[in-house]
Amino acid sequence: MSLTPDMRRGFYRTMVKSRHFDDSMIALYWVGKTPIFAFGKGPLPGELHCSNGAEPVGAGVCAALSADDMITADHRPHHVAVARGVDFPRMCAELLGKEPGLSHGKGGHMHIYDPKVNFASSGIIAEGMAPAAGMALARRLQKKPGIAVAFIGEGAANQGAFHETLNIVGVMKLPFIVVVQDNEWGVSTSKAESTAIARNSDRASAYGMAGEYVESNDADDIYHAAARAVARARAGEGGTILELKTARLVGHFMGDQQGYIPPEKAQVDPLPLYRAKLIAEGVLTEDSAAAIEAEAKAEVDAAMQFAKDAPYPAPQDAYNHVFA
Amino acid sequence: MSNRILTMSRAGREALDWEMERRDEIFCLGEDVYNFGGIFGTMDGFGAKYGPERVINTPISETGFIGMAAGAAMAGMHPVIDLAYIDFIGVCYNVLLNTASKTHYMSGGNVKVPMTLLIGTGGGYNNAAQHSQCLHATVAHIPGAKVVYPSNAYDAKGMLHSALRDENFVIFLTHKGTAGVGWMGTPIKTTMNEVPVDDYTVPFGKVAIPRDGSDVSLVSLGMGVHESLKAAEELAKDGISAQVVDLRSLVPLDREGLLSAVSKTGRLVVVDEDYLSYGVSGEVIASIVEMDATVLKKSPRRVCMPDIPIPYSRVMEEAILPTAGRIADAARSLM
Ligand SMILES: Cc1ncc(C[n+]2csc(CCOP(=O)(O)OP(=O)(O)O)c2C)c(N)n1
Repeated sequence: MSLTPDMRRGFYRTMVKSRHFDDSMIALYWVGKTPIFAFGKGPLPGELHCSNGAEPVGAGVCAALSADDMITADHRPHHVAVARGVDFPRMCAELLGKEPGLSHGKGGHMHIYDPKVNFASSGIIAEGMAPAAGMALARRLQKKPGIAVAFIGEGAANQGAFHETLNIVGVMKLPFIVVVQDNEWGVSTSKAESTAIARNSDRASAYGMAGEYVESNDADDIYHAAARAVARARAGEGGTILELKTARLVGHFMGDQQGYIPPEKAQVDPLPLYRAKLIAEGVLTEDSAAAIEAEAKAEVDAAMQFAKDAPYPAPQDAYNHVFA
Repeated sequence: MSNRILTMSRAGREALDWEMERRDEIFCLGEDVYNFGGIFGTMDGFGAKYGPERVINTPISETGFIGMAAGAAMAGMHPVIDLAYIDFIGVCYNVLLNTASKTHYMSGGNVKVPMTLLIGTGGGYNNAAQHSQCLHATVAHIPGAKVVYPSNAYDAKGMLHSALRDENFVIFLTHKGTAGVGWMGTPIKTTMNEVPVDDYTVPFGKVAIPRDGSDVSLVSLGMGVHESLKAAEELAKDGISAQVVDLRSLVPLDREGLLSAVSKTGRLVVVDEDYLSYGVSGEVIASIVEMDATVLKKSPRRVCMPDIPIPYSRVMEEAILPTAGRIADAARSLM
């Protein structure tokens, strides 16, 4: 449960990889979409919700999980997928709509599935809540060790699915954690405007489970809180609402100018802070940090190249996979 | 002032603005309506103009706020809800299925639920299976809900005035690609037409015939109308005269108007971006066959979304959308 320097360097590497992945996708997203912006143009079409700012959530929480555990993520899944170890070149190929993609180009960026690492995601808000609870139930019925974690945004905590699921989890004491990523905004609607209380973790007592709020967007703090929640779940003590104060640095989706965010609410990039902290504590040096960055970037660039070079599916492939 | 050519989004906004200015019972609610004016801009600037009491930014709680709208309607208001994408009806379907559409009937006509639900539909921009559906048949199948689907700016304004003056639950659908909103790229020319400044209504339950022809009828709605118009141009080059019929309104459905249009050509292609089975295309064909099968010279054809979830990758989505080329091929096969 305690953090080693190696683990923290790993967090930094995961976060840099996730960031460089998003930045590469953003660069590609704008290709073909100017001068008249249209979602559907260019090599990376559709909506794109990037994870910039939320990387510590993926790194910290996923480090506390084991291979048996199951994850559902939402429409902003990249940072969790990267931290979970989703097949990365195939994830890149999926976003580009290519045949070797995780879903052979059928899913796209909101629908990333990698059963090898027990990862699923969905573009309907809070849709992952109940399935994750069901995964937790399945692990119990199978007498297997795993727990389940649903990653959602703070806006999603106002969906019926959130409350109904948590009540069942509470009644059944399922090994379940909902990670509420509080980035303040659900599209243009602030948390204060949409949620009657300041902290969703306070709702935990209503469902007979533990609640914890992590104020900092720091992978170490997130890891410790997640490890506590995981330990409770594994010990049969039931569920946790783990709410994490995080950030959404590049808007709701690409094309969002964020004019609704007042300057005093500008969000802070957690990556340089973490880097500086590790250097100050002697876990990294300038050189070793740069080496990690170069290595992570090279990995992303290679995967992006793989994705770019990969073939598109055949048009008729649209008809495959409707039924098992 | 004449010759005002507007997009569907701007035209609809005018109707809603006009009604809100004059009628206190109308209020707007939905996700991001206050700052963003709704995803299709129908409430653009309304936050500043009407304030947070009448333009209510809701949490992401569709079951709650759409149910509340139904209650407010029963209590004498006329809510106008923006539900962004029709794919999201899954989370609030019970209100549509069991409350808004059935209360008037179950109360023996004693309780009215006047509310307007604005929803965007459709794909064609690679947004994958949970953000690209049409699903109008899914809502049109429920008795007690009116379902309209204009395809051009004139109709959008006139039909929204009609919806806001209707005492029923009206589901007002717009195909995202026809709305003329920024993120969908350059607006489609044929969706933009002359829109009077004054208020006017376009009645529900009347087909429109945006292009007349004598050889084949292309019956469609929403984006399909524009693909059909393109197909008609293509067919004209081959000397085939195609008539384009815009259903505009699914509930009520103008079966008589449909029959009289199709009688003129005797050849029918139904174009629908909703899934093929159990949908509008079957309803149109069944209606004609029931009323007078003898008007048909050939078995009708359907150009619809196949019964598969909508794939993300462009190459696959393009292969299944009912595009002009596919419509023209179907029409040619009837000649
Ligand atoms: C049921 C449903 N309603 C609405 C939407 C549209 N939508 C997509 S993301 C989003 C905001 C989500 O906010 P939050 O959960 O806080 O996550 P964030 O985007 O901030 O990461 C909305 C309203 C949707 N996808 N599904």
